Amino acid sequence: MDIKKLERSPSEDLSAISSRERREFLRLGLAITGLYLGGSVLSLVSVKDAAAFGGVVPKIGEYPYNPHYTMVIREELCIDCERCKEACVKTNQVPSYGYRTTILERRRQLTEGKSETIFMPVLCNHCNRPPCVRVCPTTATWKDEKTGIVMMKPSRCIGCKTCMTACPYNARYFQEEKRAVDKCDFCWETRLSKGETTTACAAACPADVRVFGNLADQKSRVYQLIHTPETIVWTLRPETGALPNVFYTNA
Amino acid sequence: MNVTINTVLSILPKSGGLTVEREKFFNISIAVLAALSLVGIFSGVYALWAGHEHTFGVSREIPWGILIAAYVFFVVTSTGLCIVSSIGHVFGFENFAPIAKRAVFLSIVTIISGFLVIAFEIENTWRMPIANVIGFNLTSNIWWMGTLYGLYLVFMVIEFVMLQLDNHKLATACGLAGLLTGVVAHSNLGAVFGLLNGREFWHGPYMPIYFIVSAAMSGCVAILFFTYLAYRFNGWAIDDKLKTSLQSVGKLAALMMAVVLFFTTWKMIAGVTGNPPGKYEAMAYLLHGPYTVNFWIGEITLGLVLPFFLILCVRAESLRVIFIASVAGMIGIFFMRYDLVVVGQLVPHFADMGLVDYPEMFSYTPSCLEALTTMGGFAFCGLLFLLGEKYFRGHVSSGH
Repeated sequence: MDIKKLERSPSEDLSAISSRERREFLRLGLAITGLYLGGSVLSLVSVKDAAAFGGVVPKIGEYPYNPHYTMVIREELCIDCERCKEACVKTNQVPSYGYRTTILERRRQLTEGKSETIFMPVLCNHCNRPPCVRVCPTTATWKDEKTGIVMMKPSRCIGCKTCMTACPYNARYFQEEKRAVDKCDFCWETRLSKGETTTACAAACPADVRVFGNLADQKSRVYQLIHTPETIVWTLRPETGALPNVFYTNA
Repeated sequence: MNVTINTVLSILPKSGGLTVEREKFFNISIAVLAALSLVGIFSGVYALWAGHEHTFGVSREIPWGILIAAYVFFVVTSTGLCIVSSIGHVFGFENFAPIAKRAVFLSIVTIISGFLVIAFEIENTWRMPIANVIGFNLTSNIWWMGTLYGLYLVFMVIEFVMLQLDNHKLATACGLAGLLTGVVAHSNLGAVFGLLNGREFWHGPYMPIYFIVSAAMSGCVAILFFTYLAYRFNGWAIDDKLKTSLQSVGKLAALMMAVVLFFTTWKMIAGVTGNPPGKYEAMAYLLHGPYTVNFWIGEITLGLVLPFFLILCVRAESLRVIFIASVAGMIGIFFMRYDLVVVGQLVPHFADMGLVDYPEMFSYTPSCLEALTTMGGFAFCGLLFLLGEKYFRGHVSSGH
């Protein structure tokens, strides 16, 4: 190497770096640091959320059915107007002594003697591991292989009521007129099988509480609602291992 | 038809054994029991026709009521009688042989009575024969229970017929088959309750195990009760061989009571320690709630402690005291079945969620028709028992 030539070449120390280059480097560094820092904070948030809904939402791509019918209940919007109940009764000929869906009322104590009331619509959860289906001696109730809907065949029902005892959600009742256990079928018989795209209760809800759709379709509202960032999604009685398909959220 | 009648007639003993002396008393009893059975059957048929919603105390929340409790009572007793009869007939313990024939007969009588009461609790009984076959579900414990109990009845009937015909080889084989089928069927009945994840009072392996142990106790109690009753009712004298046999059964009964008491104690302790959700509320209802009389007086005192101490006090010698113990036991065991079935359903599905206008605990009271149907089942059991005593001449063993 020619030392004289090297002496004439431009300096490469820090003094030669232009102010613009320094700023750009600094900006890049801050951006990367910020991204990591922010990411860490976000990841902690998601860990908290994950613990909160600990696996109640199926992993993406792991839906046993397509369409994988699901209902998402946006709980805080419910005002207990009961139009869903009326629509269900009318559509599915539910007798006065029974119900396929109802609204429960929850009260939560707040500070200084105040409390808030939350309305909680409930219906058959169309579980992925339905206890009612397991116990039925005559397969009068089954999980439909295509849609995942828990169906009933009234003419096969012997009326032993084991499914009613097994259901963690009190979603079944014995209908004397049909002489069989009756339950929500996401309006399969009365609407979906006839080309409608949603259930009677969801269609009747003025507050957009009940959102019905196909979880296997990532563009569907139900999919997007239960995958909204920084929201908590929960199901009822997850400890029973029934893997319900009715999700609750406040998104 | 003629062939069937001839077959039945051919197994009836023509001579020997014990005969009903007090014809009038016997006939009045038969008439009363038959009338009560008919009342029960009419009540049950009416309830099926009108629908349980309008006639029974069962509901959406409590779908299983007193008829299921009675069914459990009968089939536990039947399995127990089969176990007790097998000790003598199948396993050859001579001491248990004198009670075995009656035990086999009563195991058939009790399972038929059980089927009778559950026929009215299952709202579409007539669909069962076809639906159970074309719709069979191997994951369903109730399917296994029903199918195996059907098979069990067949084995027990063949065993009984073979005993009448003195074909002891085939009788023993069927006795063993019946015992094994009965035990599997019965543990499946336990599993009907035990495998329900949402029902904490029942959930777990305890139920199938407890059912078998409990059956052994019930079988001893039932054979003591019915044998003594048959002899007292007809004024027959108990011979020494039968006396020794009943004393041995009495000792076994006391042992099984101690075992069931042990089971119950730990179930109780496990139900309250750490307030396990779902379990605790139900257990508290038994220990110091609305079911406290059922539990402490019915289950614990009448069903276990009193008969245990009665048998212990007389060192299982006095048959009269053993009989009193067995009466207390029979009543107590019914309370056990009733509490087991009903209390397991009382904890609401959405308990602890802060719901308003929602019961803290569900409740159930049997309706009049439900009670009458249950009574009909017991009357029918009594009717068959008495007829058996007459036509099988006191079930006195012959040939061994």
